Amino acid sequence: MAETVAAVPQRVARRPRLRGVTALLGTVPFFAYVTIFLVIPTLVVVIGAFAGNEGGASLDSVKALGNSYILDAFGRSIALSAISALVGAVLGALLAYALVTAKPDGVLRRVVTAAAGVLAQFGGVTLAFAFLATIGLSGFITVWLQDTFNVNLYENGVWLFELPGLTLVYTYFQIPLMVIVFLPALDGIRPQWREATESLGGTTWQYWTRVAGPLLAPAFLGSALLLFANSFSAYATAAALVSQGSPLVPLQIRGALTSEVLLGQQNVGKAMALGMVVVVSVVMALYTLLQKRTSKWLG
Amino acid sequence: MAGVTARRARKQRAFRWTVLIVLGVFFVLPLIAMVEFSTRDPSTWPALVDWPELSERYPALAEGITSSLSQAALTALLMLVLLVPTAVWVRLRLPQLRRVVEFLCLLPLTIPAIVLVVGLAPVYAWVTYFFGGSSLTLVFAYTVLVLPYAYRAIDAGLSAIDVKTLAEAARSLGAGWGTVMWRVVLPNIRSAVLSAAFLTVALVLGEFTIASLLNRTNLQVAINFLGKSSATMSVAVSLTALLLAFVLLLLLSLLGGRRKSTPTPFKEPAA
Repeated sequence: MAETVAAVPQRVARRPRLRGVTALLGTVPFFAYVTIFLVIPTLVVVIGAFAGNEGGASLDSVKALGNSYILDAFGRSIALSAISALVGAVLGALLAYALVTAKPDGVLRRVVTAAAGVLAQFGGVTLAFAFLATIGLSGFITVWLQDTFNVNLYENGVWLFELPGLTLVYTYFQIPLMVIVFLPALDGIRPQWREATESLGGTTWQYWTRVAGPLLAPAFLGSALLLFANSFSAYATAAALVSQGSPLVPLQIRGALTSEVLLGQQNVGKAMALGMVVVVSVVMALYTLLQKRTSKWLG
Repeated sequence: MAGVTARRARKQRAFRWTVLIVLGVFFVLPLIAMVEFSTRDPSTWPALVDWPELSERYPALAEGITSSLSQAALTALLMLVLLVPTAVWVRLRLPQLRRVVEFLCLLPLTIPAIVLVVGLAPVYAWVTYFFGGSSLTLVFAYTVLVLPYAYRAIDAGLSAIDVKTLAEAARSLGAGWGTVMWRVVLPNIRSAVLSAAFLTVALVLGEFTIASLLNRTNLQVAINFLGKSSATMSVAVSLTALLLAFVLLLLLSLLGGRRKSTPTPFKEPAA
């Protein structure tokens, strides 16, 4: 009897520690994997951006971001993302509103949301080829316009492979993404608010500018930011369409990765990559902030 | 008042159909154009269905298709093996680690694939050293890439059931941890696991950035390469890949819809 009593505290004292250790062991595969394939690559980029070419810390690579060709690439990337985000956000919001006015469980709404889910993922090489088949030099629309109306789509140069073309192509996945992220906010608008506005003598214009507008503004802005980050990080579509030069940051990074011509420039690619992460992180942080604001009223 | 509502309903209907038709044309046109473009050469589609001929005429494309399919299957497998036990384990035994795991899983969302490639290049020098330069080694990078989407799906599935009670009940009846995972938790989150796997497959089939910049091959790299020599064939393959992704994601949304409508026995009250 005395023996068991003496033995009990010992076991109690020993087991929790052992348990904690064995419990941690269960997560080792996950953490090891994520360390090798996510944390180390991230650190490679961050540390590499601040490393000199012969080792040691250096700000040369980060300073190289001030070169005009890199600044131009960032400018073009940001402009392309902003315009495609804006166009996508406006058209996507209109489409989302059109869906909200339809029957909530109707076929129309279900089909369009499902299609939006698919098309928002549609990007990359396949999308580039879809547009080449449509408005490429021998594309369906190009040929049709030429044959029936004698209109040359590319009278002033082949804009499909430049920023205007990229903007158009990006819109193709931006609109569906906007529908997906903006629809929940629109669903949060209660019909009672409109009725309340009307019973107080408010007009439709007043309802949209004073009630629904301010309520939806954070959601709209947040969604637009998400669209911005989406097109800012896109690479494959641009890589498949643009064959000459590297107008965008992702394409500049490709140049830095694949060409080993410029010795002493190895880390500039990492600095550009870090620049991209900074832009995306800032945008995503703002998005999270606006998202919180949205959920206050329209959650 | 009734007149106002009727007038508004009419206006809304007109607005709805205008928007739908205009945007519908924008979205359907490229798809129609792909069909038209890929049928300009009548031998394209027959060649695409005839696998022996395809692999003879377009060996790079055939290789891309097989490697993409095996990459998709292996990535889904690795993702599940890595993520499901960890997510369950953290919920049961290490709730204080949940934030860390969530942060790590969602981290790839703020790291564009092109940036990840920059960091992965030195890591892949080692991968090539240990495993060789096979395109299947891309599975390691793809598992990281799909982590946010897969984690969200699985986490949502786990939130919908009371993992703790289920595990305790099974343990008190003498089940080992293996049995708890395989025969108790897994069957309960089957639809979440399925949607994580579907998303993974759809994402891997569409991946281009990492494969192309690490000099490995997959479907998208092959399509891009083919575009330089045979435009019709590359458009036909693009259309097929797109339709495949369409079917996959449509199944996924149907799956999601069904999960919402049939309440599971262990559903928690809405949080």
